[in-house]
Amino acid sequence: MTVPLPVFVAVPLVTAFLLPLCGDKFKRLATLLANAAVLSLLVLAITTIGRTDSYQVGRWSIPLGINMVLDGLSSLLLLTISVVSAAAMLYSVRYMEQYTAKSKYLSLFMLMLAGMNGVVLSGDIFNLFVFLEIASIASYALVGFGCEHEQLEASFKYAVLGSIASLFILFGIGLVYGNTGTLNMAYISQAIQARGLNHGLTFALAMFITGFGLKAALVPFHAWLPDAHPAAPAPVSAMLSGVLIKALGLYAMARLLFNVFGVSDTVGWVMITLAVLSMALGAFLGIAQWDFKRLLAYSSISQIGYVALGIGMGCVLIAEGNLKWASVALLGGLLHLVNHAVYKALLFLTSGSVEMATGTRRMDQMGGLAARLPFTRVTCTIASASIAGIPPFSGFWSKLILVIAAIGAGFYWIAGIIVLVSLCTLIMYLKVQRYVFLGELPDNLRQCRENKGTMLLAMAALALLCITMGVLVLVPALKSSVLDPAVQVLIDRFEYSARLLAGAN
Amino acid sequence: MPYALCFLLFTIGLLCAVVKKNMVKIIIGIMIMEYAVNLFLIMLGYRLGGAAPIVSPTDVNPEGAIVPQFLASSVDPLPQALVLTSIVIGLGTLALMVSICIRTYERYGTFDITQIRRLQG
Repeated sequence: MTVPLPVFVAVPLVTAFLLPLCGDKFKRLATLLANAAVLSLLVLAITTIGRTDSYQVGRWSIPLGINMVLDGLSSLLLLTISVVSAAAMLYSVRYMEQYTAKSKYLSLFMLMLAGMNGVVLSGDIFNLFVFLEIASIASYALVGFGCEHEQLEASFKYAVLGSIASLFILFGIGLVYGNTGTLNMAYISQAIQARGLNHGLTFALAMFITGFGLKAALVPFHAWLPDAHPAAPAPVSAMLSGVLIKALGLYAMARLLFNVFGVSDTVGWVMITLAVLSMALGAFLGIAQWDFKRLLAYSSISQIGYVALGIGMGCVLIAEGNLKWASVALLGGLLHLVNHAVYKALLFLTSGSVEMATGTRRMDQMGGLAARLPFTRVTCTIASASIAGIPPFSGFWSKLILVIAAIGAGFYWIAGIIVLVSLCTLIMYLKVQRYVFLGELPDNLRQCRENKGTMLLAMAALALLCITMGVLVLVPALKSSVLDPAVQVLIDRFEYSARLLAGAN
Repeated sequence: MPYALCFLLFTIGLLCAVVKKNMVKIIIGIMIMEYAVNLFLIMLGYRLGGAAPIVSPTDVNPEGAIVPQFLASSVDPLPQALVLTSIVIGLGTLALMVSICIRTYERYGTFDITQIRRLQG
């Protein structure tokens, strides 16, 4: 069964406009509808595995019209987004009962989903910007959804920095259009191959790295993330940390670097520097946090550094002509992207479960919750083991591949940093286990109870994925159908434009 | 040269958004950046003595080809479409930010971001 690509944008978009009509009276119907939409997207995303396709919107042929492109990388991202959003949506069924205006929340959630799916499928750089803005504006509103002091402050900070990032990207798009005369990524890539990078395009590239770096919260552009992600409701935090920073930030950056602008040594080292800074700073600042969700947010900065590191190393190695190790580095980066999406979403969901049961996020006011929240405890431990890189959980494999790539390519210091930051991550999550789940149970928390129903189901599904994700690398059939095409898209670089241009003529 | 001025306007907006302490002024700074980018996009398509890129019967010669004068004077319509889209997106962002601003004022009673500091770092 093949579905036309705009379905991935149209389904969440149409649902988003239907949901507010339900109002508060038909809240259950709205919830059902949203879950059905997300689940159907998950099924559709699974069918895209191994498929490459392009779709010309309104049958206008490129470069006049807008096209949507599906290849290995897009399909990997689509799958990740669908899995995380399905779990987050299932979790919201119960969790969001504590807020008012649930159908509006669901509507914003679907808008964000439509934006992200659009970003990963778009083949037109301005269209990518439009989808990016849809997802960003919905996420600003979702961060401030609680309308309490902290949420509003965080939302404003996020909205300001996010808008600045978007404007940087738009300025870059203007420069690219002025210098190449086209907005279609395949044609831009062709123009750059023919004429090389001039000053305008180099400046545009710098603008893109700043803009997408801000969206991806790489250090030094990370200031908004530790405020915005904890302030949002737990399922939204899971979406933001799990997929939004990757789809909007790193995916777009990787696509532009590898498939449009072409890689160079300088850009690769810029990426590696940003990545190493993010990894180290995120981990060190994270250890010092006492707010549960804030610690998770800092850890997101640190983990997004790993993904950027894989991409940066790939960039440098391709520029040096070392394709073999470049593909290993990219494989590590992309696998870590998927892994991080799953376990960080799970961690944010468990933090929401703890917050719902105890009413606080301060870790120094908790303790001994292992007895009261056994299920949350088990899933949180699985996710922590995963993120700390303990075999055989998922995080171990991606970190292992990254270390192998770094050693194989001769970057021994990078391998050292990866291991060191991994150790810091372990300390961070031992702290979570120690202060939240072990130790003395404070008297005021003796009454707290485990959450029930769909929340547990969502957490169990993600925990299961955390345990079994290792098969993605270990089983050759899965690796060659899911991960390898995504890596191949980045390795092949200009094949992307060649394929689309051949299809157009 | 006009492009450089455009970029200057962009940096003025950025400076305003980064330096100012008042939430409303920060929003104004972001809008200045927004307009700088819009101006830049519209200048990309600017052409001295340009005409609307719509082919009328007088622009076609008897063989059915478009006359060279039309090609020499018609402007590029794409930047205008981009600017329209970008203005609409800017409106959405502005509306959201102003409403966050109003709600924040209701909670804190001030627009001064140095006093709105419940979150550290």
